[in-house]
Amino acid sequence: MSEDNNSKGLLGWIDARFPLSKMYDEHLGKYYAPKNFNFWYFFGSLALLVLVLQIVTGIFLTMHYKPDGDMAFKSVEHIMRDVDWGWLIRYLHSTGASAFFIVVYLHMFRALLYGSYQKPRELIWLFGMFIFLALMAEAFMGYLLPWGQMSYWGAQVIISLFGAVPIVGDELTLWIRGDFVVSDATLNRFFALHVVAVPIVLLMLVVMHIIALHEVGSNNPDGIDIKKTKDANGVPLDGIPFHPYYSVKDLVGVVVFLILFSVVVFFMPEMGGYFLEYANFVPANQFKTPEHIAPVWYFTPFYAILRAVPDKLLGVIAMFSAIVVLFLLPWFDRGKVRSIRYRSTSFKWLLAMLIVSFVGLGYLGALPSTGVRTLFAQIFSVGYFGFFVGLWFISKNEVTKPVPERVR
Amino acid sequence: MPSDDTDNDRRRFLTAATVVVGAVGTVAVAVPFLSSWSPSARAKTAGAPVVADISKLEPGQLVIVKWRGKPVWVVRRDEAALETLPEVTDQLRDPDSESSNQPVYATNEYRSRKPEYLIMEGICTHLGCSPTYQPEITADFQGGFFCPCHGSKFDFAGRVYKGVPAPLNLPVPPHYYMSDGVILIGEDGVA
Repeated sequence: MSEDNNSKGLLGWIDARFPLSKMYDEHLGKYYAPKNFNFWYFFGSLALLVLVLQIVTGIFLTMHYKPDGDMAFKSVEHIMRDVDWGWLIRYLHSTGASAFFIVVYLHMFRALLYGSYQKPRELIWLFGMFIFLALMAEAFMGYLLPWGQMSYWGAQVIISLFGAVPIVGDELTLWIRGDFVVSDATLNRFFALHVVAVPIVLLMLVVMHIIALHEVGSNNPDGIDIKKTKDANGVPLDGIPFHPYYSVKDLVGVVVFLILFSVVVFFMPEMGGYFLEYANFVPANQFKTPEHIAPVWYFTPFYAILRAVPDKLLGVIAMFSAIVVLFLLPWFDRGKVRSIRYRSTSFKWLLAMLIVSFVGLGYLGALPSTGVRTLFAQIFSVGYFGFFVGLWFISKNEVTKPVPERVR
Repeated sequence: MPSDDTDNDRRRFLTAATVVVGAVGTVAVAVPFLSSWSPSARAKTAGAPVVADISKLEPGQLVIVKWRGKPVWVVRRDEAALETLPEVTDQLRDPDSESSNQPVYATNEYRSRKPEYLIMEGICTHLGCSPTYQPEITADFQGGFFCPCHGSKFDFAGRVYKGVPAPLNLPVPPHYYMSDGVILIGEDGVA
C-alpha cells in the first residue's frame, strides 16, 4: 500500500513504515456502510464510548481504592467523601456499568431484529457473545470490590454456583475463593481480574469484533447485501463512507446518550436501588445474609431462570444454557431472510414472546421469590427457551416477503 | 520451500517433538500459577479448630461460632423443638442424612452427639447464604431454619424439606466435647 499511496511529508514517512492511511481507509474513510442505518445502529459506537468511559474512570478509581478486606469499604467511602470529585468519578463508573448493559442489550436486540447474526456474520455474533460473557464477568467481579453486604453475598451465591459441578464442585469453589468463604483473598484476586485481566480480554475481543465486521460489511435494517450492487470502482451503490457520514450521525447519538447518562449520574445515581443496591451501603458481614439478595438488574433475567428450577444442579444448568443458546442463535435460525421487515408473522410473535419473557424474568429476578412468582418465572423461562426452539422450527420453511434488491 | 533433498520425516519429527516439549513446559509453568489460587498457608492456619464454651446457653438459644470464616451454629434445642423432629420426617428430602455431610456420630435423627445441642454450619447447601433461625413453631412451619435467599427450609436438625432448592441437609462440622460445657469445632476427637 505504501508505494501506491500518494501521501507526502510526515504521513508519507509514517505510511512507508506503518499502514496508517491504509487502516484509516479500511475502517473509516473508505469503509462503506449501508446508507439506511436507523436509530438501532447507534448502540455499537455507544458501547465503544462506554468502554472508554469505564476504562478511564476505572483507572482513576484504582488510584484511591484499596483491595483489602479491612480497607475496601472504607476506601470507597473515602472516594465518595474525601477525594475531590471522587463521587463523580465513582458514579460515572457505577452508572457506566449499567449503561454498558443497556447499550449492549439494545445492540444485541438490533441483531435479532435485522438478522445481523446470520451468514456471513456468525463470527461477529460469536465475538460479540464473548464480549457479553467477558462483560458479565467484569461486572460481577467489579461488584465485589466495594465490599458491601450485597457485594459479599452476591459473590458467595455466584461462586457457589460452581459447587453444583459434580465431584469437583467443592474443590472448585475453594480454589476460586482461595479460602473457605469469600474473603480478602477473593477480593484481591477479583480486583486483579477486574482491573487487568478481563479488560485486556475485552479490548482484544472488541478489536476482533470490529475487524470481523469490517471484513464482511455491516448489515442494515432491510437485511440487503449491499455488496451485490457496486459501481465501476467497486464501491457499493447503497454504501456511504463511515466517515464523515456515520461518524457525524453517531455524534448525535453520543450527545443524546450523554444527556440521559448525566441525568442519572447527577440526579439518581442509585436508580432506586437498581444501579446501586441499598444493602451495599452496609459493610460486608460474613455472619449475616441480607434479608433479600438480588443481583444487579442486568443479571436478573438469568438469576430468575436459576431460581425457577427447584433443583440446584438443574437450575445452574438452565441458567448457563440461557447464555449458551444465545451463542448458538446463528444456527437456530435456518432462515434466509434477515430483516424482520420481510419475515413471517410467526417470527414476529416469537420475538414478542422473547421480549415479554426476558423482561418478565428480569422483573421477577429482582424480587424475593414466592409461589406465584416462581410459577411465572417458570412460564417465562419456557418462553425464553421457546423462542430458540420455535425459531428453529419456523425458519426452515418460513413464508417471507420478497426482499428488494436495492436499499430504497 | 521443500526441495528434493528435504527430509520430511526428520522435519515432522522435529515439529512434533517441539510441540510436545512446548506443551509439557506450558503445563508445568501453569501449575504454580493455578496453585497460587488455592487457600494460602495463612488461610489454612485460620482454619484451625476453635474452642467454644456453650455452658451458658439457654434452651432455644443459638450462638454463632466462627470457624474457617464460616458461621457455625450451636443451638440448645428445647423439648418442643426435639419433639418436632420425628413429626416432620415424611416432609424431608433426606431424613436419615444418607447423602448429606456430617460425621458418623452425627448421622442420627438429631444430627448431633447430644440431642440437646446441635452444632452445624450455618451455610445453605444451595448457594451459600446463611439461613435464619426460626425457633417459633407455627401451624405453617414446624420451626427450624429458613434461607431468605432462595426460600430453602430446614428442620431443627438442619434437615432440608422437599420442594426447596437446597439439595442436602446443612453440614455438621467435625466436633467433640472437651468437657460438658466446652466443645471443640474442627476435629473429631477420640471416639
